[in-house]
Amino acid sequence: MTSIMIDTGNYIAAKAAVMAKPDVVAAYPITPQTTLVEGIAKYLATGEFKGEYICVESEHSAMAACIGASASGVRTFTGTSSHGLLLMHEMLHWAALARLPVIMCNINRVVGPGWNIWADENDSISQRDTGWIQFYCSSNQEIFDTVLQSFKLGEHQDVSLPVMISYNAFILSHTSMPVYVPNQKDVDDFIPKRKPKWELDVNNPITFGNIILPHEYEKVRKEMQKAQENAKKLIPQISEEWKKKFGRYHGDLLELYKCNNVDYILLSMGAIGSESKVAIDNLQKNGYKVGLARVRTFRPFPKEEVLKLGKKADLIAIDRNISIGSEGALFSELKASLYQKSDAKVHGFIAGLGGKDVTFGDIEKMCKKVIDGKAKDMEWFGLEGV
Amino acid sequence: MKKYDVVTTISYPVKGAMGKTGNWRVFKPILDKKKCVKCLRCWIYCPEATIIRNKDDTVDIDYVYCKGCGICANVCKVKAITMEREAKKK
Repeated sequence: MTSIMIDTGNYIAAKAAVMAKPDVVAAYPITPQTTLVEGIAKYLATGEFKGEYICVESEHSAMAACIGASASGVRTFTGTSSHGLLLMHEMLHWAALARLPVIMCNINRVVGPGWNIWADENDSISQRDTGWIQFYCSSNQEIFDTVLQSFKLGEHQDVSLPVMISYNAFILSHTSMPVYVPNQKDVDDFIPKRKPKWELDVNNPITFGNIILPHEYEKVRKEMQKAQENAKKLIPQISEEWKKKFGRYHGDLLELYKCNNVDYILLSMGAIGSESKVAIDNLQKNGYKVGLARVRTFRPFPKEEVLKLGKKADLIAIDRNISIGSEGALFSELKASLYQKSDAKVHGFIAGLGGKDVTFGDIEKMCKKVIDGKAKDMEWFGLEGV
Repeated sequence: MKKYDVVTTISYPVKGAMGKTGNWRVFKPILDKKKCVKCLRCWIYCPEATIIRNKDDTVDIDYVYCKGCGICANVCKVKAITMEREAKKK
């Protein structure tokens, strides 16, 4: 029986994680992730979570503990945010190179200095090259569904990579929304028991992380790339299976919204992605031919799907991040996806850094500026005092 | 030995995976069997498992893989192992 739970993004993520029945959760609290791990601790107290909860002294240790547990063949989960994620950086590479499917929620928060706990995607964007699969969610329901889908995806034999599920600080992490929660039996049927690609076993001793010579190391990287390509094929399948089983769907690699017969397509991620839907409704009502493609997975990046969009429309990117010295990360990816295959124009906006609100009105303004031919290639939206 | 179908940073136990490491040696452990009391401390402490334990608990040294770290000489209570330079100075 499906029930409805009204709660914040973090408590919803905790519920989803516990329903996946991880054997080990190792975590360290950090605002705005705190209530996520607090939620799991609550389920430990009530007996609903039957795994091992390891309280560690830092995020580096949290990820190291998850890696150790995952290497022994069990299911693991953790959560972090911003500086916590950055402290994990080295261990993120370890998990991915060792092909260990650690599942982790990251609550997108500003990176300091300048102590600021609001939404900004620079924390996870700066981890994009670690080999982790990256999802960006736009509602609490999507957080719930994506956490459970991620266990199936990450632990799949053709993938075996860690998965990061990101969602915006406070806008989702601390905002209550109603979420459909399926019954445990159906979730159990959806996620098979983990079959590790390799495991540390005293009866079959092997070494993990030993010396590796150049020609062997290259192969490891190539296999990781292949696994991400496999994930690209599996994500649509898993989303489809979820839809059939539970009736909900948030798109596959992209979520297309009103993209038929348009001249422009807006691409955005996270909470700005759901806000964009309101903007698109208003713009289309007023005769602007612009649709939305919300990016769900940043790694693997949906190059082929973006190219399809770029063959029928010009693209607009909104980035809640910036690769300093270059441009918004999504903006770069869009242009790379079209390179030599499409002449579509691409415009990029940097918006909402430091947790600044990005409203549907703001998104409409950005789109109108492009459609009216007044936008530069790359712009900072609504920068005060400029 | 169980092998896994995965290309990653794991390796299987094989003898001399890094080649004949004995040629890394600068100092060579020399065992005086007359002094040896068969306490097996060298066998326990050798980090490279190059002390060979015989059936009667006497020991030999596997010079093909011994890197010459000197731990065996250091832990030997009766000073039956001494470290000697591999090549004499010209």
